[in-house]
Amino acid sequence: MTDSASLLNKHSFVELGARQRAKALLDAGTFRELLDPFQRIMSPWLSRQGVVPQADDGVVIAKGSLAGLPVVVAAIEGAFQGGSLGEVGGAKIAGALELAAEDNRNGIPTRAVLLLETGGVRLQEANLGLAAIADIHAAIVDLQQYQPVVGVVAGSVGCFGGMSIAAGLCSYLLVTQEARLGLNGPQVIEQEAGLEEYDSRDRPFIWSLTGGEQRFASGLADGYVADDVVQIRQQVGEWLKQGLPAQPRSRQAGLFLQRLARLDAEPQIEPSVVRDLYQGERP
Amino acid sequence: MSSYSLRGLNWFNALSDGAKPVEGLPVSLKVADGVLGDQPVRFIAVVADPENRFVRARNGEVGLLEGWGLAKAVDEVIAADQNKAQKRALIAIVDVPSQAYGRREEALGIHQALAGAADSYARARLAGHAVIGLLVGKAMSGAFLAHGYQANRLIALRDPGVMVHAMGKASAARVTLRSVEELEAFAASVPPMAYDIDSYASLGLLWETLSVEQIEQPTSADLARVAECLGQAMGDIAEKGADLSGRLGAANRAASSKVRQLLRAQW
Repeated sequence: MTDSASLLNKHSFVELGARQRAKALLDAGTFRELLDPFQRIMSPWLSRQGVVPQADDGVVIAKGSLAGLPVVVAAIEGAFQGGSLGEVGGAKIAGALELAAEDNRNGIPTRAVLLLETGGVRLQEANLGLAAIADIHAAIVDLQQYQPVVGVVAGSVGCFGGMSIAAGLCSYLLVTQEARLGLNGPQVIEQEAGLEEYDSRDRPFIWSLTGGEQRFASGLADGYVADDVVQIRQQVGEWLKQGLPAQPRSRQAGLFLQRLARLDAEPQIEPSVVRDLYQGERP
Repeated sequence: MSSYSLRGLNWFNALSDGAKPVEGLPVSLKVADGVLGDQPVRFIAVVADPENRFVRARNGEVGLLEGWGLAKAVDEVIAADQNKAQKRALIAIVDVPSQAYGRREEALGIHQALAGAADSYARARLAGHAVIGLLVGKAMSGAFLAHGYQANRLIALRDPGVMVHAMGKASAARVTLRSVEELEAFAASVPPMAYDIDSYASLGLLWETLSVEQIEQPTSADLARVAECLGQAMGDIAEKGADLSGRLGAANRAASSKVRQLLRAQW
């Protein structure tokens, strides 16, 4: 296939909104949304602060099948308040994961897929967002007693704050070149640590440290694909079929402590140092 | 007076008097095995290490070593107690000003280190360990998610220095495009935005709050009071189970319950 023909056949995932992303991943005709926007379950906290709430609070929960397997998809809408999680959106994700775990206890092997475009806690609902994210962490770990939870960070918001910890808890994590993954947003690091430590306006610098390619090359993500619906769906499906990983990344404290012990932490860090330190043993 | 808080260290030392220190962990972690009443426990605190190899984690922040170190300290307990009838309780003493903000931390995946800690605490809870978070100072954001927020029960001491929040005021103002004054005005009328422990308590996330005489350096009466409360929390967990449902139900967190009810109905 020529380059232009493959471009024409490619369907961007990044350009899709949360609802379309969930639909694009699920097997045709199986998408069923829970708490859809017509039910208007909105944030009780935003209007009193002069922020217009959204009818789905920026989170889409859908049940269906993927590669023929029962799944629940939670997709965060990056276009609403930076994909930030407040009480309602956070409870939608946590509640869906809790029910998926309960399904498994009742003999229904529901898996979960998280589409993560989020700055983390919605600061207008601060402590309720933080609490919801703790619930999400708890529910991911609970569900992983039975079935995998697959995370996808496609871009363009990226995945930050407490939800980057959720990404770190996932059984498998898929990224694209557009993705960024990190605990602290660039602006916050600059605010807390200064411009010399972290220049939030230097985009190449930020991508070189926290971009999808670097995360995959450092072993902090499991898959790296083009921004293409078919490729993303295929990889997620493979992992769902594969089941739980033998060595979940979040359960390798000993290995990571050994690696960190080898690091000279004195000089400021370069991306290549991380790749060597974390992937040096790989052939 | 030091630039970092000593509350966590002082409460750890007081509670773990006579307990056996656990070796082989980063200096910024204080871990010891002891007993409370007749219940075996592991006390865990993150404390300031002014010599920390990671310069952005020298004031008690939860960074790379602390996240993975917490995971290790908890994993050891899960593995060692796997076949025991009486599993150790984990007491997380929480006085954490923030996660570590730095270039090294982001590059080396601090999010993954914190995920390691959260995963271990959550698995300990699912494995039948009582996990209790005792808030004696700040419990901020990612640091709290890694150390304390996976607890079955959260207990906070009543004091202006005991604070739970998602982000420091200056950064929160910058991210939400407000001034610090505007942010404080909202915080006064919107309970989840406030930094004080009474507002936080109104969200229903705490199992108990306690007043003490000397929060910086507990008296023997303070110690007895807190130890008694920890014992009651362990009893409550034994009775009511390991999940986090006890956090739901407050009027200021009604939407969290409603969303779950509707999801269940439509599932």
